[in-house]
Amino acid sequence: MSTAGLSSYNNPYGDDHVIDACSIFGVMDTTGQCFSGQGAINAIASMHDRGNGLGGGFAVYGCYPEFSDWYALHVMYMEAGVRADVEGYLAGHFHLQVAEEIRTRHTRAVGEPPQLWRYFVSVDEFASPGQSPDDYVVQQVMRINTRFNGTFVFSSGKNMGVFKGIGYPEDVADFYCLDDYRGYIWTAHGRFPTNTPGWWGGAHPFSLLDWTVVHNGEISSYGINRRYLEAYGYQCTMETDTEVMAYAIDLLLRKHGLPIEMAAAVLAPPLWSEIERDPSPRARLLRSLRQVYPCLLMNGPFTIIIAHEGEMIGLTDRIRLRPLTAATRGSRIYLSSEESAIRLIEPQLDRVWTPLGGEPVIGRVNNVSLGQQAPSLGVSVA
Amino acid sequence: MKSYLASRFHIERDPARCIQCQVCVRQCGFEVHSYEVEDDEILSDSSRCVGCHRCVVFCPTGALTVRENPLSYRLNANWRPEAIEDTIKQAETGGVLLTGMGNDKPYPVYWDHLVLNASQVTNPSIDPLREPMELKTYIGAKPDRLEIDPRTSEVTTPMPPQVAIQVPIMFSAMSFGSISLPVQKSLARAAEQAGTLFNTGEGGLHRDLYAYGNSAVVQVASGRFGVDADYLSAGRMIEIKVGQGAKPGIGGHLPGEKVSPEVAATRMIPIGSDAISPAPHHDIYSIEDLAQLIYALKEATQYTKPVGVKIAAVHNVAAIASGIARAGADYIAIDGLRGSTGAAPKIIRDHVGIPIELALAAVDTRLRQEGIRQRVSVIAAGGIRNSADVIKAIALGADAVYIATSALVALGCHVCQMCYTGKCSWGIATQNPYLNRRINPEIGARRLGNLLLGWSHEIQEMLGGMGINALESLRGNRLHLRAVGLTEAEMRVLGVRPAGE
Repeated sequence: MSTAGLSSYNNPYGDDHVIDACSIFGVMDTTGQCFSGQGAINAIASMHDRGNGLGGGFAVYGCYPEFSDWYALHVMYMEAGVRADVEGYLAGHFHLQVAEEIRTRHTRAVGEPPQLWRYFVSVDEFASPGQSPDDYVVQQVMRINTRFNGTFVFSSGKNMGVFKGIGYPEDVADFYCLDDYRGYIWTAHGRFPTNTPGWWGGAHPFSLLDWTVVHNGEISSYGINRRYLEAYGYQCTMETDTEVMAYAIDLLLRKHGLPIEMAAAVLAPPLWSEIERDPSPRARLLRSLRQVYPCLLMNGPFTIIIAHEGEMIGLTDRIRLRPLTAATRGSRIYLSSEESAIRLIEPQLDRVWTPLGGEPVIGRVNNVSLGQQAPSLGVSVA
Repeated sequence: MKSYLASRFHIERDPARCIQCQVCVRQCGFEVHSYEVEDDEILSDSSRCVGCHRCVVFCPTGALTVRENPLSYRLNANWRPEAIEDTIKQAETGGVLLTGMGNDKPYPVYWDHLVLNASQVTNPSIDPLREPMELKTYIGAKPDRLEIDPRTSEVTTPMPPQVAIQVPIMFSAMSFGSISLPVQKSLARAAEQAGTLFNTGEGGLHRDLYAYGNSAVVQVASGRFGVDADYLSAGRMIEIKVGQGAKPGIGGHLPGEKVSPEVAATRMIPIGSDAISPAPHHDIYSIEDLAQLIYALKEATQYTKPVGVKIAAVHNVAAIASGIARAGADYIAIDGLRGSTGAAPKIIRDHVGIPIELALAAVDTRLRQEGIRQRVSVIAAGGIRNSADVIKAIALGADAVYIATSALVALGCHVCQMCYTGKCSWGIATQNPYLNRRINPEIGARRLGNLLLGWSHEIQEMLGGMGINALESLRGNRLHLRAVGLTEAEMRVLGVRPAGE
């Protein structure tokens, strides 16, 4: 374990992993229609007391329709003077289409922001032969995060963006002018870190490519999750347990090609006794998943909302030690720590339920590939 | 030759309590006590006493006390009593000094310098009496990833043979010959009842134990004793024994007088002949030879059972383990410096090999660095005394542990280290039918089952305290360990941070 080396420049607060107890919220429109995030912002704001102002953030899908073919890199520079080096690096390793400062609004409640920049890039011939553009982007994100002091790529997907920082989520939304953005999925997070002052990189959502995770909980299995993922080249630079969740999902879904239902059975598997009782052929599948991926069982209390292009998934740990409420209304799906937050913005719901521990709630856009056919309602933010 | 050794123990008999019932006379395998008919008196020859307490425990009136003979040598930090006594013994015998059980020297016990974590506030601890708490473990090589047919949701990746154990604790190799048949029967029954495995050692599988084949690890050692097609197919797993923690680098020698008709039949050798296990396997002089034997055994059993390799923990253990993993083994058992034996040269038991904690950590780290940890299960052996040692071994990276001394202690062993004499008063390490009748397999299995049950409960409590409800989430999860009183270098090898950090 080479944690000392990584921590020295990537973990300014010297903690091992950040323990959270938080509010989470997600809403998606399964038609792929983009909509304003005001509802999501109001909903997460209503769960103000679940956070402590030391981190808030949002993931918005469908927000960059004009640039849907390019990877949108959101980069935070914690230290002055690094940006020129990083931009030089980016220019040497990507086709840089747009480089711009992310538009922010002066907000008193959000203190001491780092420099926040956005780059739309494409990979083209930069990837090594046989390496997919996605793999190349992951590799470069890991390099930038470890190589440049105080520099973090905190969003790296196509036609989506992560916006996060220190502050209550409603203040972070205000800071990033999120009222200007439209998306077909919004996930949101209000944070209550319990053992650090909180820092910009440690806020949620965590993301890699277009995968994002917002997380309420503490992962007691972090040590082995991390060691396992490091063997696959993931470098845990943010030093929070949510990061391993993001990388685990990337490994299972993107690299190993498992469908989300099976990935959920890895992260929050059924008990052995349930598997042994199951007479169907599914038992063999579940047993194999647990045998092969024991190191990715996320043990300890958690609720997560995972999103990526066209899909939003809610999942709790297998004995459901953190809350999650799901609801639908028309084409909208809601996931929230508290039902009241959903009712606040959508009083009339078609269905409201409490998912069982380890049972994923999956919302999918109706067979629309949003990468190719971007929703037209997005707003330019340049 | 007059012996210059003073007796090690001193026996005190309370004449007010002794009723001359002669229980002590009959119980002692070392013939310490004798009955003088004429005087109706029991005499005790303290010089023969090994300190096993059999007579003390069985004396119906509590008349006996055994004390260490308080010999006061002139203080000398260099020529300590053991050094003096060993020198005297060799001067009188001209032989290699033999001993039994594990290393008794005061090397650091790293388990005692590692402490465990528990949940407070930010995540709930889990109560194993009310919530599920999973200890089930699968031993066997795992593929790196699963391929699944998207149409049928069928797993298309071939899965190597897996063996489920309900507790991460197995009984380590103890051969019929080194221990008695009733002891092996106790181990076999307990393993079957607890859903774990016992290990035949290199002495073959007695015909009475074929019924327990599904709970047996059958060993293939350098002497190949008792190995045939039936033996291999009877076992649940096959283990190639390369080395043993108590005597790395050397072989074994069961003297002919211990090769009784039953032992002879089980080992497939003539009655009364010496059973010599060569130091190396003479068909394994290199890693590629080992690979051939692994695959020969897999072929012989149609790839239906895991084939593992047991090695002693030596300096280069991590690289050796990596080679074994690449040679196709399904599991690696590592036996540390404090691992036990039925008989070994004392000088080797006490000075060769490295502690299991460091070896285990180094192996797990190395296999992960090479990205091949999935390919093998790792079993830690040699010096596991309680459930805390088990759980710490799991956190350092072991899939499961082997226990032997703890199991024998559960059956009565008082660790007197005289196994090699064959006179065991507790009826464990002996082929003497008068002595080995003392172990009743049914009661023995109950004692062993209780031990496993007690440890399982404790492991579940500790896991639940950490907020973890499946053992796999602790496996290799060294963040749940902290070091107390270790050097930087030791912590680096263990991959553990100091307490407070």
